[in-house]
Amino acid sequence: MGMTITEKILAAHAGKQKVSPGEIVQVRPDLVMTNDISGPIAVDVFNRMGADRVFDPDKVVVVLDHFTPNKDMQAARTSSKMREFARSQALTHFYDAGFGIEHVVLPELGLVKPGDIVIGGDSHTVTYGGIGAFATGVGSTDIAGAMAMGEIWLKVPETIRFEFTGKPSHWIGGKDLILLAIGEIGVSGALYCAMEFGGEAVENLDMDGRFTMCNMAIEAGGKSGIVEPDEKTLAWLKEIGLDVSREDVMAFRSDEDCEYKSVITFDVSELEPQVAVPHLPSNAKPVSQLKDVEIHQVVIGSCTNGRISDLRAAAEILRGRKVHRWVRALIVPGSQRVFKQALDEGLIDVFVEAGAIVTAPTCGPCFGGHTGVLDKGERCVSTTNRNFLGRMGHEKSEVYLSGPQVAAASAIAGRLAHPEEV
Amino acid sequence: MEVSGRVWKFGDNVDTDLIIPGHYLTIHDPEELGKHCMEALDPEFASKVKPGDIVVAGHNFGCGSSREHAPLSLKSCGLGAVVAVSFARIFFRNAINIGLLVLECEEAYHRTNPGDEMLVQPELGVIKNLTTGEEFRAAPYPPLVAGIVQAGGLVPYVQMRLKAQDR
Repeated sequence: MGMTITEKILAAHAGKQKVSPGEIVQVRPDLVMTNDISGPIAVDVFNRMGADRVFDPDKVVVVLDHFTPNKDMQAARTSSKMREFARSQALTHFYDAGFGIEHVVLPELGLVKPGDIVIGGDSHTVTYGGIGAFATGVGSTDIAGAMAMGEIWLKVPETIRFEFTGKPSHWIGGKDLILLAIGEIGVSGALYCAMEFGGEAVENLDMDGRFTMCNMAIEAGGKSGIVEPDEKTLAWLKEIGLDVSREDVMAFRSDEDCEYKSVITFDVSELEPQVAVPHLPSNAKPVSQLKDVEIHQVVIGSCTNGRISDLRAAAEILRGRKVHRWVRALIVPGSQRVFKQALDEGLIDVFVEAGAIVTAPTCGPCFGGHTGVLDKGERCVSTTNRNFLGRMGHEKSEVYLSGPQVAAASAIAGRLAHPEEV
Repeated sequence: MEVSGRVWKFGDNVDTDLIIPGHYLTIHDPEELGKHCMEALDPEFASKVKPGDIVVAGHNFGCGSSREHAPLSLKSCGLGAVVAVSFARIFFRNAINIGLLVLECEEAYHRTNPGDEMLVQPELGVIKNLTTGEEFRAAPYPPLVAGIVQAGGLVPYVQMRLKAQDR
């Protein structure tokens, strides 16, 4: 019996030839990451544990991205605390306010490679599966333990394989595929499982689209999301400046005779853009069924859809058009690098001329932290990852999740709209 | 160790944004977090909970964010345990790590009403509905998790291991 890519990565980090689902293993992660939400509690716990130094200052990453640029005095204190920790521990990888959103930043800096294990104090750490890494989220105390020991226990998950066949239309991206899958299996449909994405439609996705898919594995309860590395992965890693060999990149792929918990196949050749209606990410519907839904705000950004491909897709629709008079459209580039690239490509001009608001990279709007918080009765179309009750503000506000094309089209129409309508 | 109190019942997919919304996440003081626990579902929840009370919920309790603020707020508002059909994995780990008692038991969910008196005996894996007299078995923890629970959470567990390393 062979192994899945996930089992192979876990085995390699546990010093074993083979692991099986259900088995608990101690692994040594390649990176331990935290931010300004999980970090402050993790630092207190780290001290309480009697730890003195982190296990390796090159392998502990701190990114200040949630309440930054500092939203208020409490956030300022929080940021200072993390800055002091990063300095006193002489961390190599500390990224301050505005540098970017952790899950956009780590891959673009080349900190994650295929076959790595990343443990992050954020549920969307699963994003790095897009490169073929095993990455999962934990809370502050686990982060403290991992920073102290350089080790963490993990249960080897069963793997569910998702096959996406067919060539979908121009308007379909990674977001539509993952919303479709979550809609099919529900918000606990992959509880404790690894979600492995493949098939023609995934092979044809660029890396940004693969990050989007893996990013939302957690919304189906998944422990991780993963795409097997291929030529696109290799080309992308080289493009960002990593000196990697084909052998290293391709070393971790699922065996033909590996065992999946189940295999779920979707033919996406006729798929319409998907929208998840309130208040669960599994409430996916084709956008054509939702054209009467008036909206007040649009957010394009986040660790889900804040990369350059997402901004290009939004700009293609907004170019030469105007945001609806009664809609605020927020464009939040995922990192300074994405921001600069968008600037160089003229996308920022497009957004500003359309009447959109371009902000600094931040997680703020996605979790109702700051920047674009919703009032009672307001509706937002957002390229983020969660539409839970009260997620982006008032408990009587509503969040509709979509890809950047639908979000941009809706910003123009003032209601949920298919990109072909505008 | 055992816990007993009144049952507060919730359905499926109680997410961490419901337990403690994002805008409170600059707060790190458990007592302060406890005051806002479940506020979107019931603004008076935190003030009505008595020490030892038990949340009984459906599938996927604690889904969503990795915020440890969620189990911290449940623990510090006085709850003695959460019994659910299933837990989201990060929430489950966080609860075990901070010493909030979490048990999986489908039967207990179906055979308990809000306000029932419940007794939980974690060492025995026993959950009793004292109002109806029924007794249920919780799913056992894997040995490593049971070890962390016995140690009182991950902090004493890591303390122990760091000391062992020094020797």
